[in-house]
This record gives sequence, structure tokens and C-alpha cells, in this order.
Amino acid sequence: MVRSALNRMFGMLVVMALVVTIVFVIVRVTPGDPAAVMLGPDATAADIASLRQRLGLNASIPEQFVSYVWGIVRGDFGQSIFLGQPVTQALLQRAEPTFFLTVFSLSIATLIALPVGILSAYWRGSVFDQAATALAMLAASIPSFWLGLIFMQFFAVKLGWFDSSGYGGPGASFGERLHHLVLPAATLGLISSALITRFTRASMLDVLNDDYVRTARSKGMSEWRVVGRHAFKNALIPIMTVIGLTAALLVSGAIVTETVFGLPGIGNLIVSAVLRRDYPVIQGALLVVAGLYVLVNFAIDMLYLIIDPRVRY
Amino acid sequence: MATVTQSGFSEPSLLAKIVSRPTALAGLIVITAMILLSLFAPLISPYEPAQLAVRDRMQGPSMAHLFGTDDLGRDIFTRVLYSGQTSITVGVSVVVFSTIIGVFLGLTAGFFRRLDAPVSRLIDAMMAFPDILLAIALVAALGASATNVVIALGTVYAPRLARVVRASTLVIRELPYVEAARALAVPTPVILVRHVLRNVTSPLLVQATFIFANAILAEAGLSFLGVGISPDIPTWGTMISVGRQYLDQAPWIMWFPGGAIIVTVLSLQLLGDGLRDFLDPRLAKDV
Repeated sequence: MVRSALNRMFGMLVVMALVVTIVFVIVRVTPGDPAAVMLGPDATAADIASLRQRLGLNASIPEQFVSYVWGIVRGDFGQSIFLGQPVTQALLQRAEPTFFLTVFSLSIATLIALPVGILSAYWRGSVFDQAATALAMLAASIPSFWLGLIFMQFFAVKLGWFDSSGYGGPGASFGERLHHLVLPAATLGLISSALITRFTRASMLDVLNDDYVRTARSKGMSEWRVVGRHAFKNALIPIMTVIGLTAALLVSGAIVTETVFGLPGIGNLIVSAVLRRDYPVIQGALLVVAGLYVLVNFAIDMLYLIIDPRVRY
Repeated sequence: MATVTQSGFSEPSLLAKIVSRPTALAGLIVITAMILLSLFAPLISPYEPAQLAVRDRMQGPSMAHLFGTDDLGRDIFTRVLYSGQTSITVGVSVVVFSTIIGVFLGLTAGFFRRLDAPVSRLIDAMMAFPDILLAIALVAALGASATNVVIALGTVYAPRLARVVRASTLVIRELPYVEAARALAVPTPVILVRHVLRNVTSPLLVQATFIFANAILAEAGLSFLGVGISPDIPTWGTMISVGRQYLDQAPWIMWFPGGAIIVTVLSLQLLGDGLRDFLDPRLAKDV
């Protein structure tokens, strides 16, 4: 088991190193001078030269790479050009809405998907199963920003139950801030529930036909215990994987949803950085999000090792 | 409708299989209809997509304007049809671009043992980036244009195809007919194209259908955020972005382009599900 864990950790470090390299390359594939692109057509030659100096673009590519990697090791992602603050600070300041949005959305998605997926598998082929499968497919086809706007139109504009945008201002209480997250979280949660529902259904179908489930039934165990204790427990590993990966993917969903609902989170920061070509922020955000994804994947693999001793890497 | 295989068994064609499954057939019919409606937009709609009629601005759906008009009095039905041309063209181009890269990477990793580990790790690293995030970063670096959106989304989806091709290639590489071809000194490129690539087309086709659907959703997202195709070119995403500003006065501006995205993506998902069941039954149970 220790050997497997070390193998997997080595694999993760290699992927992480590649992620760092890819991010470095992406910013440097910009046609022309990145400093000139960032400052726009009105910039003077002196402005461009000064920015090139600040970003270290005058050094050779290998030198730039070394200083960039060294910065990451020290937790320094550079300085935002338009915000005038370190990228790490900008990301941390905006982490709260994104974190709560992700947690809230994932809770909604799981609360919908687990019961629906389990019952769909249990009543396979029934009207309930067909309706749930169709709805899951529909949910996976809806653009999140469009669903967000529909919710906003109905619940905020028409019924006035929620504010249509923002996070409640600087002095808002925790409850007020959560209230602002209801519509964005419902939007993301509903759409993410599609994938978790389909995986839950498939995993449950796999185990419901297994011998030990039949044995449990033949012993006269109640259906509730058979499904809940025996089948669900064994179907949990693939379900946990997909929930973990959904959590990482929700950060991506947050990019669009935060823009729709005007939430001051990391997603919103990324979009404004892209529109203003603030490359250090884009670079830092890419690293953080992809790094989180790799770590979540690694954590899931480790969990597999602990839960199921047969797993080897 | 039936083809006779080498073993002498009669096997129904792919089209016959799709026809036998109502949901897949519905998907095929709807996506074909969407493509035809977009292609023949100039013949179907009496208006021009950029035709302004300020006096008729923000009119609700009526017989004169089936989907109503937008903030500049432009006919939304016409714009939804024309936008379909852009969105579907981008979707198809992304599929082609990602297939070329994905097949190359997948075949390389699956067929050449020494290259498997480095290429696979590269695929893993590429897949660590959420699709929209990597796409907007690439578009930000390359510049906003339709071509760059295709390059960005193609790069995002290529690793998914590469994974599928690699997995199939690993199996096919060990099959007796590939070994026989090697023993007969058939050149490697010929083996790859004639024996391996031909046999990975089924899973490839299934994945390509899903990537088509995802590409349409992602392109709409990029256009909505204003980081994709130029706002002057009508796309479903930019139409929704405009409609967002008039949510309380004219919500239909964003209803209909959203509906077009859902119908197109749903039809592709239905078709993809059907294809997966016929062509790649091992995967069918997974989702």
C-alpha cells in the first residue's frame, strides 16, 4: 500500500510539473509582445519597456521559466498589472464567495442526485427511472448562464425573493451573503446533479445484481437495509469519485455563474483578467484551479487505497 | 440496410441500428433539422440578421416575428437561425481539430510503448484544466476570433479523444492480425492507419458526438462572457448576453437562443448515447 501511495504521488508530481509548464507556455504563445498586448494600442514605447522589465520578459525563456517556478515554490504568483496587488492576495480576497458557492452547489447537487440515482436504479425501467434519466440528460444540455438568467428573471425580477446580483456589500452578515448565493448555487447544483445522478444510477445497477445483495435478500433482510447498507455502501467508491471531480469542475462552472450573478469571486476575477489581459492573474488562477484538480484526484486515489486494499497503482 | 461480415453473419448498418432506437433516431432527426435550418436560413427567414427596425424594438413573439424582436428591432428568429451557422460550424471544426490531435496523441501513446508514459502524463496534465478555464486562457493568449476559439476548444477536447484512442490502441496492438502485419514487415504508418485507426473509429465516433455537444455549450459560454467570437457576429451566446440586459422588459431575447442551444445539445447527447450503446457497449453502463 505504501509503495502504491508513493507511486501515485510520483505520478501526481509529474502531472503537476507538466501543469506548471503548460501554464508557462500558454502565456507565452501570445502573438507579438505580451507587454504591448496587455497595455493596448495607446501604450508608449516607454510604458511597454517598463512593463517588460517588471514582468521579467527581457530575460531568456529558460531564465524566465526558472524564476517563474521559483516564484511558485515560494507561493508568489507575481503581481497583477491592473489591480496593483500580488496575484496570491487577489485570489485569496476573492476565494470566499467561490468557496461557499462550490460547497453550496455541491450540497444541492448531491442532495438531489443521490436519492434520485438510487431510486432510479432500484426501480429500473419504471416511469420514475425514465423521467429521472431524461431530466438528467436535459440538465446536462442547459447552459449554466442561461439557467441562471431564467432563475434571476423568475425569482429575483418577478417574485422579488432574491437580489439579482452582488454579494451583499462589505458590511453584509454571513446570512445575507448566503442568501445571495441561493440562486447561483441552485443553478450550478441543478446542472451538476445530472452527472452525479447518472453515475449513482450506474454504480447502483452494478451492485444491485451482485450475489451478496441476493444473499442479503434471501436472509429476509428489509429492502431498506439491503439497498442502504449493502448495495449503496459498495457503490459509494465510484460515486465519491464523481462527486470529488464535480467539486473541482464547479470552480470552472463558477467562472460563468459568478459573472451572471455579479459575485466577487475567483471566477469573476478570471473573466475581468481575461478581458483586461492581466496575464499574471490568468496564470495564477490557472495554476490554482488545475492544481486543486490534481490534488482532488490524488486524494480520491488515496481514499481508494484505504477503502479497498485490492487497489494497486 | 444489412452488410455481410467476413464471418458470414448479417449485421445491420449503423443507420438501421439508429432507426431501431427511438431516442437516438429523434436525436439524429433534430440535429439534422437544426443543421438544415441554419444552412437554409436565408431561404427560410424573410428578414436579414442585421436588419434594424427601431420602431419594432423589443416586440414579443407574434406572427410577424415568431420569436419577437431584440433591443434594435432585429428579428430574433432570423438571428437564431444565422447564429446556428456559427455555433454549428465552430462545433464541427472543434471536432475535426481535436480529432486530428487526439488521434495522433492516442495512437502514439498506445502503439509505441516508450512514448506511452510521457504522452499519457501530458494528457493527464491537459485534462487537469477545466474546459472553459483553459479555453478562455488560450483565447486570451491567442486573441479573440472564431479560428482561435476553434484552436482553444480543440486543444481542450483533444486529450479526451486521445485517451479513448490510446485505450483502444493498447488492445488492438496485441491482436494477432497486427502481429502478423508486423511479421510481414508492413511499414508502421500503414499498420497504424489500416489496422489500428480503422478499428478505433467506433469509440472515436461516440466521443466526437459528445465533444460536438460540449463544444457548442463551451462556445456559447465564451461568447456570453465576451471572450470568444467577435460580438458583431451573431452567436447564441452573444444573443443571450444582449438579452441579459433586458431581462425585465424583453426576456424572450434570451429565451430563444438558449432554447436553440438546449435542443441542439440534447439531440447530440441522445444520438451519442445511442451510438455508444451500439458501437461501444462496454462503455454504455458507465454513464
